[in-house]
Formats: sequence, C-alpha cells, structure tokens
Amino acid sequence: MLRLNLILIAIVLASALGAVASQHKARKLFTELEREQDRMRQLEVEWGQLQLEQSTWAAHARIEKVARDRLHMKAPAAGQVIAVERQAKS
Amino acid sequence: MKFASSPLLSQLLPAWRSRLVAVVLLGAFATLGGRSLYLQVVRNDFLQQKGESRYSRVIELSATRGRIADRQGDVLAVSTPVKSLWAIPEDARLTPTQARELAALLEMDVRELNRKLAAEHEFVFIKRQIPPDTAAKVAALNLPGIHQQNEYRRYYPAGEVAAHMLGFTGVDDNGQEGIELAFDGQLAGKPGSRRVIKDRLGRIVEDVESIKAPQEGRDIVLALDSKIQYLAYTHLRQAMAENKAKAGGVVVLDAKTGEVLALSNLPAYNPNNRVKLTGAQLRNRALTDVFEPGSTMKPFTIALALEKGRFRFDSTIQTAPGRLTIGNATIHDAHMHGLLTVAQVIQKSSNVGAAKIAATLAPEEMWQMFDALGFGHPLKLGFPGEAGGRLRPFKTWRPIEQATMSYGHGISVSLMQLARAYLAFARDGDLVPLSLAKVDTPPLAGKSVFSAQTAREVRAMLEMAVQPGGTAPKAQIPGYRVAGKTGTAHKLEGGGYTDRYVSSFVGFAPASDPRLIVAVMIDEPSGGKYYGGEVAAPVFAQVMSGSLRTLGVAPDAPLKPLQVAQDGTRPASIPVVRESM
Repeated sequence: MLRLNLILIAIVLASALGAVASQHKARKLFTELEREQDRMRQLEVEWGQLQLEQSTWAAHARIEKVARDRLHMKAPAAGQVIAVERQAKS
Repeated sequence: MKFASSPLLSQLLPAWRSRLVAVVLLGAFATLGGRSLYLQVVRNDFLQQKGESRYSRVIELSATRGRIADRQGDVLAVSTPVKSLWAIPEDARLTPTQARELAALLEMDVRELNRKLAAEHEFVFIKRQIPPDTAAKVAALNLPGIHQQNEYRRYYPAGEVAAHMLGFTGVDDNGQEGIELAFDGQLAGKPGSRRVIKDRLGRIVEDVESIKAPQEGRDIVLALDSKIQYLAYTHLRQAMAENKAKAGGVVVLDAKTGEVLALSNLPAYNPNNRVKLTGAQLRNRALTDVFEPGSTMKPFTIALALEKGRFRFDSTIQTAPGRLTIGNATIHDAHMHGLLTVAQVIQKSSNVGAAKIAATLAPEEMWQMFDALGFGHPLKLGFPGEAGGRLRPFKTWRPIEQATMSYGHGISVSLMQLARAYLAFARDGDLVPLSLAKVDTPPLAGKSVFSAQTAREVRAMLEMAVQPGGTAPKAQIPGYRVAGKTGTAHKLEGGGYTDRYVSSFVGFAPASDPRLIVAVMIDEPSGGKYYGGEVAAPVFAQVMSGSLRTLGVAPDAPLKPLQVAQDGTRPASIPVVRESM
C-alpha cells in the first residue's frame, strides 16, 4: 500500500513538472513565433519600400533620359523594324 | 508511568473550556470559508479582471492598405508605416531647451510647437506622418506627455504621370479620389485586435483569443499600362505647351477587352505633395468635364444612316454651296466641297453633308443610337463626379437641333464616353463595358449598336480621313493603318458660342484589326492652331505609335508610301483639308 502510494506520488510529481516544463517551452516557442511574425511584417514593409525605390529608379521618364542621353539610343525608324510572325504550334 | 494512569486525567477541567475552543476554531473556519466564498464567488469577476490586467493585454493589429499595381505588376501606390506625434498638452511641460530640440528634429517652428502645446485640448497632433527614424530620435528624447502612434502614408512613385487615374488617400489612409476612392472597399484593410499574455519583459508568451482578426487590404492590378500612361502624359504635356492650351486629356482603350490602358489629364498634380492643390489640377477632365465633341460625332450619324439603309457608302450628297438653312439658322462648311459621297462627308468633314444625312433620320432613331452608345448617362466606373453629358429627350428636338447634333453640337459628352463609343467602330459594331481593373478573359461580344457590316464600312471611311485629302493626315503612323476622326468645336459659354475651341481626335489602329483606341482632347489651344487635325491628331499619332510598339502589335501597312510622306515630299497637288465647324 505504502509503495503504491509512493509510486503514485512520484508519477504525479513527474507529470506536474512535465506540465510546467512544457508550458514554459510553449511560451518560449510562442515568443519565437511572435518574433518571426514581427520580422515578417518588417520585411513586408521593407519590400514595399524597395518596390517603391525600384519604381522610382525604373520611372519611364528616367529610363528614357538615360537611354537617350547616356546610351545614345533612339527609337527605330519604321523601316528598321521587321515583324516576326509567331509560328503556329503544330 | 503510562499515559493512561496519569493522575492529571482524573482531574476534570471545566467543560466550557473545550467548548470554547471548539466554537473559536469553528468560527475561524467559518470565517475562512466565508471569505473564500466571497472572493471566489461574489467578487470573482472583478478579481479575475484585476488579475488579468496584470499580465493580459489587448493588442491592436493594424492592417495595411493594399497596393495598386499596373498590368505589368509595377507598383503605382504603396503604403508604408510612419509615425504620428501627439501630446496631452496638460502633461507636456517641456523646458525651453527640450522644446527647441523637439522643434529642430521635426523641422518646425518653436513658436508653432509651443502654440500647439498651449492649446486647451486634451489631445493635439504635433506632427503627422513623420519618418520612422525621426520618430525614433524623438522617442529617445523621452519627453513627458508626448506620444506616438503608428500610421500609414501612401506613396505614388509615378507621381504626376498617373495622378488622376490613381487619385490619392487622405491623412487617415482612406481613398479620396480616383482609383483610391473607386476601389476603396477592396484596398482598405480592417484593423483587428487580439488578447495576449505578456511576461515581465513585455514579451508575448501566449495567445489568449483573437478578438477581431485584422483584414489586410487587397492588392489591385489595374488595366493601366504605365508605359502607355507615360507616353500619353508626356505627349499631351508637350502638345499643351506647344499650343498654349488651357487643359487637355488623353484616353487609351484596349478595343479587344474594353480595358482603360491610360488616362491622362492636364494640368495635373503630384500626389506625393499636395500642399498647393487647385481645383483645376484636381479635375479628372476626361471623366468629369463634358464638351461639345464637334465632328467626332459625324461617324455615328452616318453609321446610323447606313444601318437604316437610307444611304450606301457611295451614295452622293450635294453639299454645294456649302450652306444649308434650316428654319432661321444656317449651317456652314469651312470649304465648299460640291458633290460628295457619304464616305467623303467624313473624309472632308462636311457639316452640310452630315446635316442632310441626319434629315433623313427620325429624331427617335438618333436618340436611341446616342443612348445605346452611352451618351447622356455616366459610365459608372466608380470615379467621383463622373459626368453623364447632355442628351435631351428627342421629343424636344427642333429640326435645326437635330441637324447640329449630327455633327456634334447641342450634345455634350465626356472624353471617356466618346472613346468608348468608338469601340463600336473598332469592334464589329458592339460595345463592351469599360474596365479599370485588368481583364483576364476578354468579353466575346458586347451590346450590339451597329451591324458588323456598318462598322466595317465606317472603319474604311475613317481610314480615308487620315489619308492625304482627309482632315488629319498628321494622325498617320508609319507601318500601321490608322482610322480616326477630328473634331474642332467652338466652346459654348453663357449660352453662346465663343471664339475659343476644343480640338479633339478619336481614332484607332491598326485599322485592319483594331487593337487600341486613343482619344485626345485639347481645350482652348491658343498657339495659333486650333484645328483638331493640327492640334490633337499629332498627339494621337505619337501616343498610338508608341503604344503599338510597346504592345508589339504587328504592322499592317506597307512602309514605302508613308516614308515618302514622312520625308515631306507629299505631292503638292493635295490641298490641306480643314473640317467645318
């Protein structure tokens, strides 16, 4: 009887400690999850800002200016363009 | 000595002592029980709440407004987080040094800052929408009574180029103009909140419940092509400067899908900096302003006459002597043309010819066609202040009014309506609804207004109008067959026509299988030229040729003769034809 009681007490104690440990672990993992989600939001914001920057650099006015002034490009005259027909898929 | 034989046991204590002890102990237990009952049952809710307030927090979850992208996926509007600085003036007791420091960081006047802090409100915004790094520096000052809150600011990388199309949002991130307003329901996010448990260090350790899930704003992909939009904007601006015009607008439509590929108005504004904004800059003219379209209406009158079988494309009409009197009003042609075919009436843009054709049509028939083309009622694209134009009920039309309407006076339309109506010619007589958002599956056939046969015949006539001998040879594009119609209308002001003009051109290309419709309107050109063929047609040609190249549309015209025309060696025998007004 006494031995059974001791075993039961040990089991109860072990399970109690286990519950505490797992709760602690869950909380730690949760903070980590939160941190990652925060990072995700930050990256999202950064992505938006980078898109903004890309759009600014790729503004058509700027591209045209660079193409004309720095690269000395010009639109092909009508006679210089050859239209290639897309071949029908067999 | 054994306990049982202790002499003390025989000594009886008074009975009341044990009873007293029992009563006291019972009393103590009862008190404890009562107290625990009180705490656990009666005050349970209150205490629970107090306890939770020590560790549980409700966090606001902000939702970002959706992005707006063009059809290629380039972003046109993005929200990024910024901070707003607010204060409780009563708590914000700043020393002069602190105030100076804060004002310097915010780049504002110290006096203004002090005036704001002296206000008798419980809450004042000191400055809204400041960059996050400035906000961090302000937070580092650790000033009393100064608080920050998260907000969003919207940026428009395209700036002035797509200003009217996109519109803008207010300081609270809600749509106020353009697409931002038209699609506000989809773009706007709904902020949510949730309850969490925080530990001593302020870290979130447990999610208790989600009170309201935040709803992120949805991204929108527009039909707009930012390359075409840029072309429309730059060429319009150039033409405005050359012709010293008051205002102008360009609309580019995809004839296959009804998508709005570009919409540009001038004067415009920079949506990123709206400090000095005037009403004239804000006007989305292509949609909110109506004008008398003039000769760009003639093709509709003629299409109806062809449709009803009153005329064939080669029937002849006598327009000599270039005047036609109806009632007590007289219609004039700019030049005397004599005997013209129906096709030539469009090519030479003869008012008398159009009026004579209209005289064979019943007012009801014309009204029904105008109504079917969408004139007289707004397009309902969702833009604020969309105009419907003016189309009076046919029962009130007098014969002279029916005659003037045949060449676009006495009726008013917006540029967008006009462009859309030309869909009927560019397609095989049917009209599809316009779309601001990208269309994935093009509509097969819309509402039919004319028969395919009529549409083809009018297309051929409109092609003649841009060839030598027509009103708009400047609308030609090397490599492509173009069709279109000029319009030059006196402006109506205070009930009478003035000597100011609205020049317009609406056309499509490639004429063999129309892909794009471009409509150009220039308001009050005052650089000496005012004919649609000279002011608006070159803008059309530039925007159209650039757009066709951008979209990779195969040329459908032989190059040779056009190159000759481009070299300026056009035979001198072909006179310049101007349309009538």
